[in-house]
Order: sequence, then structure tokens, then C-alpha cells
Amino acid sequence: MSANPDLADDAAATSTHAPPPRAAPVPSGNGLPPWAVQALIACGSLLGGLAIWQVGSAQGWSGFINFANIPTPGEVLDSTLENIADPEFYTHIAVSIRRVMLSFVLAVVVGVPIGLFMARNKFARAALLPYIEILRPIPAVAWIPLAILMWPTEESSIIFITYLGAFFPIVLNTISGAEQTPEVLIRATRSLGASKFDEFRHVVFPAALPSISAGLAVGMGVAWFSLLAGEIISGQYGIGYFTWDAYSMVRTPDIVLGMLVIGMLGTASTVAVKLLTKPMLKWQARAR
Amino acid sequence: MFNVHKFTNAEARRQSDIGKGHIAVRDVSITFGQSAAAHLAVDTTSIDIAPGEFVCILGPSGCGKSTLLNAVAGYVAPTTGTVSVDEVVVDKPGPDRGMVFQQYSLLPWKTVYENVAFGPKMAGATRTEAGSVANTFLNLVGLRKFGNRYPAELSGGMQQRVGIARALANYPSVLLMDEPFGALDAQTRLVMQESLLEIWRKFGTTVVFVTHDVDEAVFLADRVLIMSAAPGRIIEDVEIKLPRPRNPDMASTPTYVEARQFCLDTIRAESRKAFEAQNV
Repeated sequence: MSANPDLADDAAATSTHAPPPRAAPVPSGNGLPPWAVQALIACGSLLGGLAIWQVGSAQGWSGFINFANIPTPGEVLDSTLENIADPEFYTHIAVSIRRVMLSFVLAVVVGVPIGLFMARNKFARAALLPYIEILRPIPAVAWIPLAILMWPTEESSIIFITYLGAFFPIVLNTISGAEQTPEVLIRATRSLGASKFDEFRHVVFPAALPSISAGLAVGMGVAWFSLLAGEIISGQYGIGYFTWDAYSMVRTPDIVLGMLVIGMLGTASTVAVKLLTKPMLKWQARAR
Repeated sequence: MFNVHKFTNAEARRQSDIGKGHIAVRDVSITFGQSAAAHLAVDTTSIDIAPGEFVCILGPSGCGKSTLLNAVAGYVAPTTGTVSVDEVVVDKPGPDRGMVFQQYSLLPWKTVYENVAFGPKMAGATRTEAGSVANTFLNLVGLRKFGNRYPAELSGGMQQRVGIARALANYPSVLLMDEPFGALDAQTRLVMQESLLEIWRKFGTTVVFVTHDVDEAVFLADRVLIMSAAPGRIIEDVEIKLPRPRNPDMASTPTYVEARQFCLDTIRAESRKAFEAQNV
């Protein structure tokens, strides 16, 4: 067994089941490396949950939570196999992804510059901050009626709602990141002949990037959340519509499938955002 | 109010340095805050610094020496009077006045090479031109090999050398240094002082160097301007007659010891006055 000592040491430090980090960095006990132990525990836990679900829904447990109308894991699997053979299922997913991407990109393109500007300009800040404070706490669902009235098409109102969800975390994180720009860096670049625009591009923006990238990850999560709200209430396509339609048509396995797909899409897109912003933060990794 | 022109020694300037880099501070006072809360940071001060001269501004913390330097840099506008460099009145920061800060002023997201190339690029140089200037100055400070590193991967002393290279890459007529070695350990600081003199000897720009370290001021400077606190003003203008190039052995020569003692005595007398004034 030739486990990488660094890796083993790291894993040991995070695992409660592994020997304390002080011990030899060689796997011990049952002979499995600590990460494998962790993976086994995770699998076991998931299987246990599935078992409870299977038994509960098959037996039709009914109490505080009602399992009687819940599909069994097997039924969900069947519906999954059925749906992945159906092109329309992919249309739902593609439509949702398209909406999120469009809204998210809009939120970044508008939110980041506004955030940078608000952090560095007192007038912009005083003028815009009240809007953000008033509008930010309004949940996506509450926007639906007004959005339908405001926008010419259903599609545009869904995109608007999704955009709002992503916009606020992005703009707020950008502001707080840009505010932390060390003043000495601004001074230094001014003395090197940088224009106001160069200051934003080479100093304020990069200084805010760690915070912006955190904001993008949060914004992506909220974007999905808001999209689903918009799709459930209106629209003819999208994974949210698929889930809600399954409820209306009493195709209960499809409800669960829709939920699982939403979860996976949300996680995947957040991971994608993190991977995309990582190269821009490599200077931070090197600093440690 | 205070006449600092105790003497003129134009002869002492090296011929090759006569050119750009003349600093004229005329009746400058700097007040922060408004009316009742106003704080006089620098009292009416006039200074003339000749092209190529190495001048140290020496004084205790909070005496306004950095504020005065910031006025030359263009970060702070004088409340009264004017600062001009080569007869041009200073009203904002600019690449003709290179600035070196106490620490952490390199852009952490740019490599050492990109940091040094930044000024030339802002001045409109092409990528190749800026790159060759960056390499020239990284060579000058002995850090060419470290061009691809990020600042955080370098020691404090190395970062400051990059800071000097970055300021010089714009070919400034004046180099302004605000306690640049203040955060370094004693050993590194000595090495940096020698290294700075070496760079200055090759480059020959006017240097204004702010410090609270008497030895540093005497070792480096042609002239030491001693500043007193509350309100900040120049109380002595001391010529350091040590020959150049300087080396650490000079610290035991009578000229050095005498100059050092004079600076210390002046500062001590001034501190005592300030202390007594506070305890009336």
C-alpha cells in the first residue's frame, strides 16, 4: 500500500474515524485508506435513506408525514428510464439551462460593474443603495404577478425573475469585495500613470474578485431557486414546469425525478461557476 | 516662517545628475479636517531639493513627514502654498514622481514582471517595450529570475526591491520613498540600504526618503531634513559630508558620528519641548 503520505495525512485530519494526524501517515485499522472509509460511510448512509424511503412508501406509512402517496425508489427509477428516452425531457432541461445562463450572464454583466462603481463612488452608492435594500428582500415568488404585468412575454418575465435572483448576491458581494481594495494599491497605480478606468480594471476589480466569485456561486444558486418559482407559475417548458405539471397530472414519480434533476443542475452549475473563476484567483493559491 | 536654506552646496552635486528632478516646496501648510476639528499636520514649510540629490526627511512617527511626501506625490493637496517638480505645479499623482511605500503595494494578482511592466504599459508602451523595460529594471534590482513569481511568494526585502524597480521603470525624475524599509528586519534593512545607494548611483534620480531611523538617514542622505511634530515643520537641514560611494564601515568615522549625534540631539531637544508643552 503506497498511499501518498500528504494525502493520507490530510484525509486523516478531517476524518473522525481515522487515527489522529499525529499517528503514522500509513492507513491503519481495517487496512483501508481513510478516504475509502469516508466513501463507504457516505454510500452506507445513502443506502440507509433509500431503504427507509422504500419501506415507508411501499408500506404506505402515514403519520405526521404521509408516505402513502410517495412513489417508491423503484417507481422513480422507472420514470427516469422512461423520461431519458423521451426527447421532450431534454427540452425541459435545455430550456431551464438556457434561461438560467441568460439571466445569470445578464446579472453578471450588470451587477459587477454597478457593484464596483457603487463601492468607489459615493454618489452612485447613495443613489442606488436604497433600491437594493428595498428590493433585495422581496422573494422571487412575490415578483411573479408584477413581472407578468411588466414584461411582454412569459419568457421574458421568467428571465427577469431569475435575473433578479442572481443580481442581488452578485452586486452585494462585488460591493463588499471592492470596498476592501487596499488604498495603497490605488495610490501606487495612480503614481504609475493609471487612468480611472485602469484603476478599476487592474486594481479594484481584481481586489474584489475573491468576493465576486463567492457572489457568483451564491447568485447561481439563487438563480435556480428563482427560475423554478417562475417556471412553476408560468411557462410551458422547463424543469420546474415539468415538476409542477407532474403534480397536476398526478405522475408522482416524475415529481421526484424533477426535484432530483433540479438539485443536480443547481450543484453542477455552482461547481461550474467555481471552476470558471478559479483560474482568475490563482494568485491567491500561490500566496499560501 | 522657517528658513531651511542654511547653506547651498551646488558644487557637491555630481555633474551628471544636473538635469531633471528639482523639487520646490513653497510655503506649504497642510491642514486636515474642518474648523474646530482641524488639525495642522504640516506647518508652513519651504524646501528646495536639487536634481539628483538624496534627501532624507527624518522625524518621529506622526510628525507629518509622510504627509509632506504625499503632497509631493500629489496624493494630498497643500492647504496653502505650492509644490512643484521641475517648475510644474503638482496637482495629482503622476509617473514623473515614482513612489515606494512601506509595504504591500505590489499588485498581488500580477506577477513581479507584470508589476514592473505596468507603468510603461500605462504610458502606452507596447507589450515588448514594456517587457524589455521590466527586465532591465528587474536586472538592476537583481530579481530578473523572479519575474514569474507572485509578490506573496517573495520575501519582504525582495518585494521592496520590486517596488523600487516598478517606480523606476517609468524613468521618474523624482523617487519618493515613504519608510520603504520600515517593515524589514534589521539585517535585511542594511542590505537594502546599500542596494538602494547602488541603484541610485546607477540611476541618478532625485530621492526623497522618509524615515524615523537616524542611522538610516545619515547613511543614505546628502542632506537630512529633521522634522518636528505637532505641527510638523522642518527644524534642521543637515548636510552629510560623507564621501560616496558609501559603505557601512563609515559608521565609525568622525563625520558620521558627529552628524548622527547632531540629529539625535536635535530630535531629543524637540521631543522634550513637546513633552513639556503637553504637561503644562
